[in-house]
Amino acid sequence: MPTDHALRAAEFVADSERAHWHDQALWFVRVKRDRMAQSLPEWETLRDTAGAIKAHTMSRLGDYLEEFEQQATALGAKIHWARDAAEHNAIVLSILQSHSVKKVVKSKSMLTEECHLNPFLERHGIEVVDTDLGEWIVQLAGEPPSHIVLPAIHKKKEDVGEIFHRFLGTDKGASDPIYLTEAARHHLRQKFMQGDAGITGVNFAIAETGGFVVCTNEGNADLGVSLPKLHIACMGIEKLIPRARDLGVFLRLLARSATGQPITTYSSHFHGPVAGGELHIVLVDNGRSEILKSDEFRRSLNCIRCGACMNTCPVYRRSGGHSYGTTVPGPIGSILAPARDAKLFAGLPHACSLCGSCTDVCPVKIDLHHQLLTWRGEIGRRGLLPLSKTLPMKLMAFVFRRPWLYSFAGRVGRRIMSLTPKWLLYNRFNSWGRQRELPPVPPQSFRELYARRQHQQN
Amino acid sequence: MRVGLFIPCYIDQFYPQVGLATVEVLERHGVEIDFPTAQTCCGQPLANTGCLEEARSLAQNFVQIFEKYEYVVCPSGSCTSMVRHHYDQFFPDDPKFHEFTHRVFELCEFLIDVLKVDRIAGRFPYRVGLHQSCHGLRELRLGKSSELVGEPFSKAHKLLGSLEGISLSQLTRPDECCGFGGTFAVAEEAVSCMMGRDRIFDHERAGTEVLTALDMSCLMHLDGLIRRDGKKMRVMHIAEILAGRAV
Amino acid sequence: MPDANTSRTEILHAVRNRQVVHAELPSLDGGWITYPDSVRHFAETLQGVGGKCCEVRDESQLREELSRLPPMATAKKICSLVPEACQPTFDLEQVRDPHELEDVDVAIACGQFAVAENGAVWVTDAGIKHRAVLFITQHLVLVVPRGQVVDNMHQAYERLKFTGPGFGAFISGPSKTADIEQSLVIGAHGPRSHTVFLVGS
Repeated sequence: MPTDHALRAAEFVADSERAHWHDQALWFVRVKRDRMAQSLPEWETLRDTAGAIKAHTMSRLGDYLEEFEQQATALGAKIHWARDAAEHNAIVLSILQSHSVKKVVKSKSMLTEECHLNPFLERHGIEVVDTDLGEWIVQLAGEPPSHIVLPAIHKKKEDVGEIFHRFLGTDKGASDPIYLTEAARHHLRQKFMQGDAGITGVNFAIAETGGFVVCTNEGNADLGVSLPKLHIACMGIEKLIPRARDLGVFLRLLARSATGQPITTYSSHFHGPVAGGELHIVLVDNGRSEILKSDEFRRSLNCIRCGACMNTCPVYRRSGGHSYGTTVPGPIGSILAPARDAKLFAGLPHACSLCGSCTDVCPVKIDLHHQLLTWRGEIGRRGLLPLSKTLPMKLMAFVFRRPWLYSFAGRVGRRIMSLTPKWLLYNRFNSWGRQRELPPVPPQSFRELYARRQHQQN
Repeated sequence: MRVGLFIPCYIDQFYPQVGLATVEVLERHGVEIDFPTAQTCCGQPLANTGCLEEARSLAQNFVQIFEKYEYVVCPSGSCTSMVRHHYDQFFPDDPKFHEFTHRVFELCEFLIDVLKVDRIAGRFPYRVGLHQSCHGLRELRLGKSSELVGEPFSKAHKLLGSLEGISLSQLTRPDECCGFGGTFAVAEEAVSCMMGRDRIFDHERAGTEVLTALDMSCLMHLDGLIRRDGKKMRVMHIAEILAGRAV
Repeated sequence: MPDANTSRTEILHAVRNRQVVHAELPSLDGGWITYPDSVRHFAETLQGVGGKCCEVRDESQLREELSRLPPMATAKKICSLVPEACQPTFDLEQVRDPHELEDVDVAIACGQFAVAENGAVWVTDAGIKHRAVLFITQHLVLVVPRGQVVDNMHQAYERLKFTGPGFGAFISGPSKTADIEQSLVIGAHGPRSHTVFLVGS
């Protein structure tokens, strides 16, 4: 029984030209990352340092959360605590309603995606415009983002041209990125001007100072919160770092890992509300404290949402973010999703060839491919593996525990394979044989040949 | 020096010549080999599927069979890495087991690190494309992966490069995964084959005549695609090249 | 809505209620990269990200070079927070609502220091009534003392003290996006051009 990912991936791959185009586009981002990393001899030290800072922070997360709350409150910000997505959404709605907000401009926040904030606010009559260009494109298209940093990476410029023609009235058939971006600039400027409130995510929250940092290339977060008087910043509790100077490490790693730039155009440090304005910070748990308890999976909370693991993953590049069916796709997503719902996402850790490339690019040293393997064992332990997977394995274990049976089965199996006509061998149940030849069948196994060789030598 | 030879199950059953080549390479360098016939499989397919209880008994068998040897050598990066890195869950807090893992080697690293071989005698006048099998590269660190910043090195390249007449292919993606991934090859057949074909295309572009790797599983998958697509590229395990087998 | 205190208590309890693996905070005294000519590296890096770096000897040369920037030729509304570089066409202090800044063509502000490794300049809203002007302007010009170019971000943070409310940003180059088929387009939502003047000798 193929997993959802396997089915969707097969569909994605079937459009070979588009699949190769998607693969190339993301590989190019990986190449840019490599170039940036190679330009800093201290790159591996930076990664180790970042991983260690996160590990330390997680070991004292309660203390750092309290310190952050204290410092931020002293600066005039209002802190809210949300145990889960529903609470987060209710808190944000309540703040907006108390200010009679009708129009919200939002910069990229994977947390708000995770909580499905947009549809919730829209159900309550509030317009939400995602101002990150990639997010806006998928918002207009009615799709979720397919990548956490490059939300519309799966869209060709012709696709964007179509969407803009339909919703913005750009010329039919126009696909020049400069023309389309200019159109977006004009439209979104109006949205910025009309926004009653701005919602942002948080890249890093600083416990020591009570401030937080938001990184963008477009400047949309800053525009969005510097015009209206109300700024709501939503963050997962794992986004905390101890001190301002720790940012030196993270800001050197983030953009280089994400897009192969030395730094994002804007790295904005917010300390307290603007004069005469209000700043609300919503701290969200939504399963993070559970992951924190696990020795095997705690390190996945190091994640700074750079997307490097997706860019390098040979499976992600050839199946696309939508094939994962999760808010955060790719290697890190396949670790976080089962933590949320192991039954629903039992297939995701198997959407992986265990190549380990993700682990080697992760700027905060998450052992991604090892955690994916550990999840497979955990899913097995919880009895969530389908029979189609467990039965062959039980049979294999039975045979392999008995050397004489293993040898016998091997001999018989090879004999059958060599005698079976091709048309029967390559039947529709033979998934291996769909696009590949089976290995040639030798008349004797190594152990038989070796035994004969040793006998002859003696 | 007496070495326990660990031959992966699929090499035993489908690629016996790779096993024999491994024997020859080791014997040529003065190693006395013992092939314990009680061995079957390291259990990696079971562990990778998530069937840890089933894998446990195979792991226990394996250690019992091999722990008496001064060294254990295996012509596979992934099977070696299974024992060295993923068996510890079956032997928690066991210092004897931990010590044992230091004696388990993949073939190329055994030649270079233990036997101190840096040249292989012989001639191989072909354009050879090395596929950097992922487990060997990123688990056993038999070479520097392209993701990391540091001094480049590759144990397999070193041994191959010492053969007379050989030239090594330059790839656009030097260490991208072939897509075998164990049961992944069947469970995610579409992506697996696209990945394999992309590797083959990279090698074709680089002029590879002979495709090699230190893992026969990768090569089984790539060879399956090469033969189905009617291509001429030859596929040989690195042990076969080092043993001087004809193309 | 659930009591705010309950959520806080529960979350703090949840993150603390476990076996803690103690992990030390690592040292940040790395031996980080430095450049033989940090000003040149800053200029090259800034250019690489779509910005422009002009080195000027003094205020007089600054005024002259600034007036020659292409956006200045057609600029009708100039917000200058550096009067010695250029006179503003309006007084930002008199603006009551930042929305009125929609038609600002050029904004000129001070940067405290620059970072060679990534072409960034640290800018704060100290003395700027509406920080929106830095983002809503069509073109941004930053004036930085030439002697204030550091090599890397660690040196940058050694200079930064966050006490009290305020806003600051590292700005590196003009606003941009590559969200449409990875084609880089300069001038996404924020400024379409970004020029840094390094003043001094």
